[in-house]
Amino acid sequence: MSSHRLLFSGLWTIGRTRWISRLHEGKHGCGRAFFSSGKPKVCIVGGGPAGFYTAQHLIKACQDAEVDIYERLPVPFGLVRFGVAPDHPEVKNVINTFTQTAKQSGCSFYGNVNVGKDVSIQELQQAYHAVVLSYGAEGNRTMGVPGEDLAGVYSAKDFVGWYNGLPNCQQLRPDLSCETAVILGQGNVALDIARILLSPVDVLKKTDITQPALEALTKSQIRRVLIVGRRGPAQIACTIKEVREMVNLPDTRPEMVAADFQGLREVVKDLPRPRKRLTELMLKTALETPGEKEQERRNKASRVWAFRFFRSPVEILANPDNNRAAGIRLAVNKLEGSGEGAQAVLTGEVEDVACGLVISSIGYKSLPIDPSVPFDSRKAIVPNNMGRVQQAAGLYCSGWLKTGPTGVIATTMNNSFDTARSLVEDMDSGMLDVSAAKPGSQNISGLLEKRGVIPVIFSDWEKIDSVEISRGEATGKPREKLLSVEEMLQVTRQ
Amino acid sequence: MALVTASRRLAQVSLRGYSRRTAAASGAWLSAQRSFTAGIQPLRSDNKVTIHFINRDGQKISVKGSPGDSLLDVVINEDLDFDGFGACEGTLACSTCHLIFDEDVYKKLGEVTDEEMDMLDLAYGLTETSRLGCQVCLTKSLEGIVARVPESVADIRQSQDGSS
Repeated sequence: MSSHRLLFSGLWTIGRTRWISRLHEGKHGCGRAFFSSGKPKVCIVGGGPAGFYTAQHLIKACQDAEVDIYERLPVPFGLVRFGVAPDHPEVKNVINTFTQTAKQSGCSFYGNVNVGKDVSIQELQQAYHAVVLSYGAEGNRTMGVPGEDLAGVYSAKDFVGWYNGLPNCQQLRPDLSCETAVILGQGNVALDIARILLSPVDVLKKTDITQPALEALTKSQIRRVLIVGRRGPAQIACTIKEVREMVNLPDTRPEMVAADFQGLREVVKDLPRPRKRLTELMLKTALETPGEKEQERRNKASRVWAFRFFRSPVEILANPDNNRAAGIRLAVNKLEGSGEGAQAVLTGEVEDVACGLVISSIGYKSLPIDPSVPFDSRKAIVPNNMGRVQQAAGLYCSGWLKTGPTGVIATTMNNSFDTARSLVEDMDSGMLDVSAAKPGSQNISGLLEKRGVIPVIFSDWEKIDSVEISRGEATGKPREKLLSVEEMLQVTRQ
Repeated sequence: MALVTASRRLAQVSLRGYSRRTAAASGAWLSAQRSFTAGIQPLRSDNKVTIHFINRDGQKISVKGSPGDSLLDVVINEDLDFDGFGACEGTLACSTCHLIFDEDVYKKLGEVTDEEMDMLDLAYGLTETSRLGCQVCLTKSLEGIVARVPESVADIRQSQDGSS
């Protein structure tokens, strides 16, 4: 049996690794000759998908470039590790391509380095020919309503960070002993959270969800999740795959308000195909009488999920002791206009909903890193032109910091490739001067050492990766994530 | 025990994906078996299918694949360098292996599942004759077809995911 184990899983891994290698190794003839005294050196701030995709493209286009990725946490991959839902492991396959990139000879990963605290942007600009800011969006948009600070109210970013093992969200310990949870926002993040709150534990326990989250969800009393949006079904921001997952979620039934769908059937046929199919699925779920088998399944279901439309939060209502959320007051809206551009307008009516958990899923938000780096605080992005930071030579940006915090991994990929292309163009045209040699990581390593900062290199991450995978094996999970920076660093020192 | 775990992992993927991965697995197994005796040899097959890709620069690239290979498999095996193609490695979790066909070819490609359609709906530059390359498998009847790689690989979820 054990020899079979080695052969089967080993060969499967070998075959798959070869397949993956060929998928990701581009044989690209885009090398250029640099008439310079040294290699072009580029520094990337942020080790998530934007950082890795930017690095991938740069290394392919400039075979003698040295690309260094700096990441605040000891572990790489950003939202691919901490944002993608635990029950969506295929989406995380991009980690294989990032791993390939990190192992290219021109690429180095330096984790556990806090740019802004351990080393400044100016110091990086002095050491490198170009600096690419790819540090994403670690803040979130607030609802701006009274009661937002009560216990039981969380941002989606923190809630997702909690169940995905983000170290600084481990203190969240949300109380799941209430019956109803209300999620504000109807994007894919909101649907992920609803699905995780309502999924059977038997499904969750085979994923890489953290152990504390799994225990909390096992004890959870939540039986009803309302997913609330300002506008109507035709404006919903999530995509069809996620809605279908809710419709098919075991032991749950949908609860929609038929009136919310008034007039929609007539306009559906003229919508573009993606919007049409999504709206048709919702219409079917909301209005059609289910077949006998489905009706039986719904009758037996112990949990409920619902979309609520035309509602905006105005206040979180507290319990009698005034220390926890006990409900939410929602303003009733009506729509002006139609289609994607329709606006929600207050009607003056309000509605109170009793609930013990409120999650605000209305968007992430980027934060400024340094006063010397231009920042548009209205849009919460670094102002740029195709990735070139405005009025800042040698400074570039990619990912959500460049375009705002929407889009999936593939969007970020394209966005990062574009920034890398701009950078390469600038090197080619001389707009970015790479003729003088720059010290790159040599200088930065020296600075970090003096400051007592020990970077975590990629092979150190692989130790953490190994430990997580082997701990996961004990419980039938793909991995058991380490939940603190201290523990991660401890493992790297072994 | 390990076989059960491994096959449970395989079972988590869609049915198409399952047969594709077992093909990869058995291919690797067979290659390795041969390697004990004669050095590593690719599987010999006389029933190859020729397909033509048109890349984003408009160049026509003609390659051969084996029946049962998905178009994504062919792109990988032939080292065709389409930027960002196949990000999720054929697991119906993205739309970056989006390909466009002529109508008569499209009709020969077979039924599209809801799962594929859901991801295809998010593809940049979606057309009535679009398919995801990881879901189209070669047969002899597809000899000589042309597949165009569309302009960009962006999912449209960047505009659908609500907006600041």
